[in-house]
Amino acid sequence: MDKMLYIAASGAKQDLMATSVRANNLANAQTNGFKAQLEQARAMPAYGEGLPTRVFSMTESPTNNYEGGPMITTGRPLDVAIQGNGWFSVQTAQGEEAMTRNGSFTLTADGGLQDSKGNLVMGENGPLFLPVPMSNITIANDGTVTARLQGAPENQIDEVGRMKLVNPALDNIKRREDGLYDLKQGGVPEQDIFVQVSSGMVEGSNVNAVEEMVNMISLQRHYEMQVKLMKKADQMVTQSNSLLRIL
Amino acid sequence: MHPALWISKTGLDAAQTDVSVVSNNLANASTIGFKKDRAIFEDLLYQNINQPGGRSSADTELPSGLMLGAGSKVVATQKAHTQGNLLTTDNALDMSIQGSGFFEIQQPDGSLAYTRNGQFTLNDEGNIVTPGAGFVLQPVITLPPDAQQVTISQDGEVSASIRGQAEPQVLGQINLADFINPAGLQPIGQNLYVETAVSGAPQQGVPGLEGIGSLIQGALETSNVNVTEELVNLIESQRLYEMNSKVISSVDQMLGQVIQQL
Repeated sequence: MDKMLYIAASGAKQDLMATSVRANNLANAQTNGFKAQLEQARAMPAYGEGLPTRVFSMTESPTNNYEGGPMITTGRPLDVAIQGNGWFSVQTAQGEEAMTRNGSFTLTADGGLQDSKGNLVMGENGPLFLPVPMSNITIANDGTVTARLQGAPENQIDEVGRMKLVNPALDNIKRREDGLYDLKQGGVPEQDIFVQVSSGMVEGSNVNAVEEMVNMISLQRHYEMQVKLMKKADQMVTQSNSLLRIL
Repeated sequence: MHPALWISKTGLDAAQTDVSVVSNNLANASTIGFKKDRAIFEDLLYQNINQPGGRSSADTELPSGLMLGAGSKVVATQKAHTQGNLLTTDNALDMSIQGSGFFEIQQPDGSLAYTRNGQFTLNDEGNIVTPGAGFVLQPVITLPPDAQQVTISQDGEVSASIRGQAEPQVLGQINLADFINPAGLQPIGQNLYVETAVSGAPQQGVPGLEGIGSLIQGALETSNVNVTEELVNLIESQRLYEMNSKVISSVDQMLGQVIQQL
């Protein structure tokens, strides 16, 4: 049987995978700090004898869309959004350091600052622990955390720590399987003192719903063409079979 | 079946949960002392289909891989403990907390609960109790039957003028409890919260001192729900719901076409 059928089937299969990427983007259109995954198909030539017509396709996600998401004002002092490029550094439960753009933080009972997944936010020297009890927490533009300690006079505001904000090159960042990000080359990114944050707001998902819908349509139509080709292959084989029958 | 169907299904679930959270906020837009919730979304785990850097042939490598996400999920609802507006009522037993802190309420089983709702009233013994269930405010303050004018100072001292006495009589002291992480308190309905492992232990204190908010008599704290914000959230969730269901129908058409054509 001609390999046309298999090539068309590989195209259809890869289109379905690409659909999953788009569906995941749409499902996360409300996830704070989410970065949309890009998807593309690549030609994978598999030359055999004869003409070079056997080129399979392969769907891949070359990188993520690192554009900033919309800023959603919440007025909560522990909601922090990064302005421009940069990442928050967090420590996972396994002790690894990873990056996130989701700045919706809460305090643990012992004063640790944690993200919504429960990872501890890194300070300049290890995870950031604030001296509780305290009040009037403020996070400055450079990530410095100030608060009024319990028992301190009303006008005394102390610096209690500084967030570790990092800004590695975007082509060196990869998505982890738990949705956080880390460096492709491994290692831990260095602190960058020029990263700016604003408190009282969070960064929404940067998924452009219209773009995702348009891509869905294009993938769907492309898929239909692959199925048409599979049908054609079937017809051709049926016809040659009937030719044999006449002879 | 196809993963995109399940991925979109998680998106539908998440959008639906968000609509429930929004509708609960809107339903409580006029509940005194109510703190709005927000749904926290997270992306689920990713499945590594093609490892970047894997071999594509004997001497070439894949420059980029493919990771398929499994969708999204609402992992938590978080209360925003921001201050609500002040509503003046001139009712002597109405109190509002300006700043952080909670009133301590004793539940019938003896355990403590916490509230920001300052609409207090009296029971038949003259104790200050919550309006709905009649749970007693802690520490217990009992008004004598001949008390006339009740005054609650900013630092929580309750006094009343007694018929036939020139000097007002001090009846007790209202203390407030504060938490390190108020968002970790568990709401149990009736405007009450209970302590959990993540909220931290309550720290009792005199109102207006050591970072605890001060008391204002004759005023109430309204719900901090911003109706416009909730409506915007509602529109966003509804449209996302529609788009996710569109993906499902689109994948359905793709599968349907295969069945018909082949």
